[in-house]
This record gives sequence, C-alpha cells and structure tokens, in this order.
Amino acid sequence: MTEPTQRRGRLRKAPENYVDDALASDITGKGLNAERRDFLRRSFLAASASMAAVSSVATAATAEGDPSILNLPEHSVTLGKPVVTNPYGQPSKFETALLRRESPGLTRVGAASVSFAPLQGLFGIITPSGLHFERHHQGWHDVDPTQHRLMINGLVKTPKVYTMDDLMRLPSVSRMHFIECGANTAMEWGNVAVPSVQYTHGMLSCSEFTGVPLSTLLDDCGFDRGKAKFILAEGADGSSMTRTIPITRALDDVFVAWGMNGEMLRPENGYPLRLVVPGIQGVSWVKWLRRIEVGDEPWASKDEALHYVDLMPDGLHRQYTSIQECKSVITTPSGGQVLLDKGFYNITGLAWSGRGKIRRVDVSVDGGRNWRSARLEGPVLDKCLTRFNLDWVWDGKPVILQSRAIDDTGYVQPTFNALRAVRGTRSIYHNNAIQSWLVAESGEVSNVQVN
Amino acid sequence: MYRLINSLLLTIALAMTHGAWAQSFPNVGRTATSAEIAAWDIDVRPDFKGLPAGSGSVLKGQQVWDEKCASCHGTFGESNEVFTPIVGGTTKEDIASGRVAALSGNKQPQRTTLMKLATLSTLWDYIRRAMPWTAPKTLTTEEVYAVTAYILYMGEIVPEDFTLSDKNIAETQKLIPNRHGMTAAHGLRDVGGKPDVQASACMKDCAAQVQVKSSLPEVARPAHGNLQQQNRHYGAVRGADTLKPVLVHAMGDGSRRDMVVQTAATTTAATSDAAALAKQFGCLACHGIANKMVGPALTEIGARYQSQKDALPKLAERVRKGSAGNWGNTPMPAQTQPSDAHLTQVLNWILAGAK
Repeated sequence: MTEPTQRRGRLRKAPENYVDDALASDITGKGLNAERRDFLRRSFLAASASMAAVSSVATAATAEGDPSILNLPEHSVTLGKPVVTNPYGQPSKFETALLRRESPGLTRVGAASVSFAPLQGLFGIITPSGLHFERHHQGWHDVDPTQHRLMINGLVKTPKVYTMDDLMRLPSVSRMHFIECGANTAMEWGNVAVPSVQYTHGMLSCSEFTGVPLSTLLDDCGFDRGKAKFILAEGADGSSMTRTIPITRALDDVFVAWGMNGEMLRPENGYPLRLVVPGIQGVSWVKWLRRIEVGDEPWASKDEALHYVDLMPDGLHRQYTSIQECKSVITTPSGGQVLLDKGFYNITGLAWSGRGKIRRVDVSVDGGRNWRSARLEGPVLDKCLTRFNLDWVWDGKPVILQSRAIDDTGYVQPTFNALRAVRGTRSIYHNNAIQSWLVAESGEVSNVQVN
Repeated sequence: MYRLINSLLLTIALAMTHGAWAQSFPNVGRTATSAEIAAWDIDVRPDFKGLPAGSGSVLKGQQVWDEKCASCHGTFGESNEVFTPIVGGTTKEDIASGRVAALSGNKQPQRTTLMKLATLSTLWDYIRRAMPWTAPKTLTTEEVYAVTAYILYMGEIVPEDFTLSDKNIAETQKLIPNRHGMTAAHGLRDVGGKPDVQASACMKDCAAQVQVKSSLPEVARPAHGNLQQQNRHYGAVRGADTLKPVLVHAMGDGSRRDMVVQTAATTTAATSDAAALAKQFGCLACHGIANKMVGPALTEIGARYQSQKDALPKLAERVRKGSAGNWGNTPMPAQTQPSDAHLTQVLNWILAGAK
C-alpha cells in the first residue's frame, strides 16, 4: 500500500463516516498512535477510491503541511450555486447533530410531551426558531391565520373580536425574552437522572417576540379597572389551555405576539398568536391564543389546579407558582461532552431571571469552594437569557464546574440542598438549583450532584 | 400630466389634514356577539361561575366512560399505561378531613387526579374542554356531568345512585378529599414575591469538602441515545460515545491535538414514514412498537397476522370500526382519521414487523 502522505496527486475528500464508530471512539479515548494513524490513512485511501458522497475532509497533517491547505478543495476551484437555490434557507448539511429531542421514558404520549432544545451547541442568547423547545398539552396544529380570532370578554365595557388583520394594525413592540417551562430540570430533584444539558435545561429558549401589549387591548375593550383582578388566557387547541394571570402582571409587560425572531411564530410555538408573559413559566404563554377573559377571581383551570402544582413536604400543593427564579447553567463544557485536550477552553453558559436582569454570574471549577466572576456578554436584558464566558485552562485533573447567577434583586441562585430543605424532592416545578458538571481525567464530562 | 400630479398632491394634502394622532383605534376589532361569547366562554370557576345548568348520573357516566374514556384511562380509572391514574390513593378519612394524607411524607408512589383535586370545578372544566383525548369538546353537558359523577363514584366519594347537577355540585365540593390541599402562600406567584431561600455569594473557601452525591448509573448511559451524535463533530468539544463504556484513560499532553478524525455525525436513523404516520394518528398512544401498553405491541400484531392471507383488510376493518376481544377486554375505539392510503401503509408496516 502506498503511503498516502507521499503522494503528489490531489487528495480527494472522503465520504462522511469512513471511520467507523469503533475506531473513532478508540481515537477519542486513547489518542492517535502510529497504528491508529496508519489505519486511518488506509481507510482514507479506500474511501477516496470509492468517491462516494462528498463531505468534509478528514486529513492527517504531514511534514509538508495540511492537505486541507495544500490541496485546494472543490469549493475553491468550482462555481458555486446561484441565489435562491434555497428560497427559505436551511442549516448546512453538516449540521445534523443539534436537534430538538425527546427524553425517552419521560412522557408516554407524544401529543402531551416535550422536546428539548440542544443548548449544548447553541451560541449567544437567541434560540433558532426551529430548535425552540416544544411543549404541547394535546398536540399542535398549523392554524390558518385568516380564520384565527382573538376574543376579549368578561369585565369589559365592550367584548371584542379581533382578526389578525386587526391585531397587526395596532402599535406593536418587539422584545427579547426567555421562556422556560416550569418543569425544566424537574427530573433532577431527587438525583441525577439525565446525561446532558439538553435534557437537564433544554425546556428553555429565547427569542425576540413582536406583538401588541395586552394593556392596549384591555384598554380598547374598556376593562373594569375597579373590579378586574385577574385575566384568563385561553388557547384554541384541543386542550384549550387556560391560565390565570394577575391583572397587575397582565398590564405590565405582557403582550400578544405574532412575531418571533423577525418572522411569524412557528406552528409548534403557537402560530399565529401566543401570549408572552415575561419571567413567568412557559405554560402561561398560551399558544394559539383565542380568548382573554377579565375577571375578579382565579379560575383554577386544569393546568393550574391539577398540573403545574408543586407538592411540598407537608402534603400541601402550591398553586399559581409562576415566577422562574434566577438560574444559570454552563452549556460548554457540559454533560455528555468530551474535551479534546488539556489546555485552553472558554467556559460558556446562560443565565436568566424571571424577576429582572442578570447582575453577575460566578463560575467555580472546584465544585463550589472558590468562585470567579464571568464576563457577561451584551446585551443584558430584563427577563432575557444572558450569555456568560470565562477563560479557563484545564490541567487534566478532575474538576467540577458550576455556575451561580445573581439577579438585580440581589437573589443568588441556590444549591440543590438549599432548595430541597424547603421544597423536598417531589415538587417537580421551579428547580433553579446550581448545576454541577464533573470533568474526568479522560476529558469526559458528566452530570453530577454534590453535597 | 402636470395637472394630474398637481391634483394628486392636492388630494394627499387634503388627506393629511384629515389625519389625527390616535387616542383610540377606530375600525380595529368589532363587538363580539353573545352567541360568539357563549360558543367560546366555557370556563367554570371554583365558585361554579360559568357552570351550565344540567345533570348526569353515575350510571350514564359509566356508559360514556366505557365507550370513550376507558381505552386510555382503564376501566376503573386506575390505568397507568397512557396517562397517570385518575382514581386511587384517597380514603374516607381524607373525605372527612379535606386533606389527602398520602400526599405528605413521600408515602405515595404516584399522585392520582383525585389525590390532587381540590376544586370540583377543575375536573368538570377539564372534561368539558379537553376530553375525550382525541375528540375534545364533543361531550354533551349531560355527559360531562355524568363522567364527573362516575369518577367521583370510582373514588368512593359518591354512591352508585348519585346524580351530579348544577344544584348539588357545591354540596358535592364539600366531599372532595383534597379540598383543603392547595396553598397560594408562597413567593412564586409574582415578581415581587419573597424567595424560599437566599443563598450567599461567597467567593473563597466556601464549601469545606466537595463530594459527589449523585451521578448517572452506568446502566443509564445509553438511555438518551448516543450523545456523540447530539454534539457537533468539530469545535471545542465532542459528544461522548454513550453506546460505549465511559472513558477511563487520563488525558496526555496534546494527545488529541491531531484529532482531525471526524467522529460520526450521522443522526440516528430516521424512523420510517409508516412509523411517523403511526405516531401522527395516535396509534402509538395505546400501542408500543415492541411493548404492550393499553393495546398489544405492534410487533405482536404483526407476528400474529402476517401469515394470514386476508390480514390487511381484516385489520383495516378493525381499525376503522373499532374492535375488542382479540387481545383482551379493553376495546379499541374506531379510527376514522387516517386516509385509506395511510392506513394501508401503516398496516403493511406492522405486518412486516414494524421495523
């Protein structure tokens, strides 16, 4: 067999996955030695000869230089595709790993389930609309916007009906906010249950939403300022999701949104209309919003009296728990990832608070004994994800990574044990405890909980 | 042409004098009719505001239950196959006290609907707006009363000859086992609420000793698929190959600096189109692909019928018309949703082993 590094001919690209899982894992685990290097070259040649689907170049650097540089790739020596090849652009064909995923065994019915956003590979603070987490209570529909109506009734002078035409004529606002399911991190109350940040924290997304303030609509209907204490928001789906919201909150920063990241909402996120309730758990952000009722008492609807109630150790259920308290998580390095090497890494993660802005995020690499404040990347917005970064050099020793966020009310993200001391382990919702990731000597990162 | 432009300008100028900065929104939205409000405003509050007049008996409730509810919730509301159980875990003492004793101190393996329920209006409204699962809002007012009554009967809260109505529902509320089991006394209701805990922001020498108290057991390592395929195959890190044992080798200096190998970037094999259809049409709500749930596993069905000549039309008819008795007593409701083509595709897939 000819030694490929001495060939002068043009190296061809290899089809994806010409290295099988076993070898990849072997290399991941033990590094490249001469034997494995040689095997790679041989498989590379074999793959080149067959010239199947073109994919990224897998190369071994030689004394002469990197074949990725020395051999001009196809895209440098041929004409590329014209505009509008993809009228609605899609991610690169190489980006197949980061997908919304279900947690096996978590739910038994796909129409009443959740899919988690792949936080382990997302950048900045905006969640791509196609990767926004999903939570449906009775399946999702793609609702015809020309047939969709919003009704406002109850304690109002004039009960009204709005079409999308009506709503989109009104003065709109565009604001960036996080949305987090009240059950995010629910599986971890008792012990470690899931392996990666996608499943521990992936019921979290952040978008720029556009819509009309609810206060504008309530004013337009002449709501009864004396008697109104609560509103009920109701969806148009099969479950007709209903949630009670105090009128003070409804008149504050709540809005009725159609826009998400510059385009219309995605069907899975309530197209064409949903409520945005900043800082409050996702279940109140009613999707396919069809009705707002103004009233003087809460409704105790199914999703605020049977579901989304937090069981306390004394057997009482907390009802109307809504606020998503200050929380943070390191997204890289995080559970289920493997560091390539000792040396420099950027520890990066997300912080958010349902009570306001993030003031500070501290990072520990020793399981919470010592902390360093991370850089907050702008913008730092009210009830919005904030990205933090911290430079770090890993020396190859086992470490436990943690992040701890502080919001502008002065609230400090608590430990698991502090929360459990009050709430026990069966309250399901509103788990905002500090997350720990163990980096083993092998570079493999895993989900752990510490004392 | 000059005259036309001039007259256009004049028109625009006139129009502009008629504009005004808005204080309200003329011609946006319209008044809702009372029929429209009645069609949508179906909510019932704990004080029973919104409850329509009517009644329904336990006996009638049992008929509706067996026909429309039992396939998911079990004959006695006890099923834990598709949804968590509705009935169970409450006692006569709970009815007397208004607190479900099993909820305190981690004594219950699972919380049933009747253990949590504090307000009867919630159950009525739930059934009214969201049930049956695949055909919500199709029950009559009598059926909603009746099913509510039947659930209370199964929970041994009301007798067999009971009829629930708008007249006696407030009295019946006083029997709900967990009626005193809710509290809104907490700091999570709104922005200004007091948090449960206030941690310190200690920066140095905070914890005396750090010990790992919990980690994922080895047996759960592959439970979420191969994490290698859930991370990019390039960049600062890779995903761990969770189909293989955990890595144990310590990292050497620069041992992976040359790692230019592409780790597998393929996603898990796409499920077949037929499997996607089976999911879409709700087959998988009651049938596991390889595991028995409410109904038999699809692989079991395939194994039993694949050698029969007329298996396809026979199964198609059972799906269309509903069926019972072939795999047990739980009936399968009639399924009208899939097109003939889709149904054939799914059935052929099942008969081929549902792979």
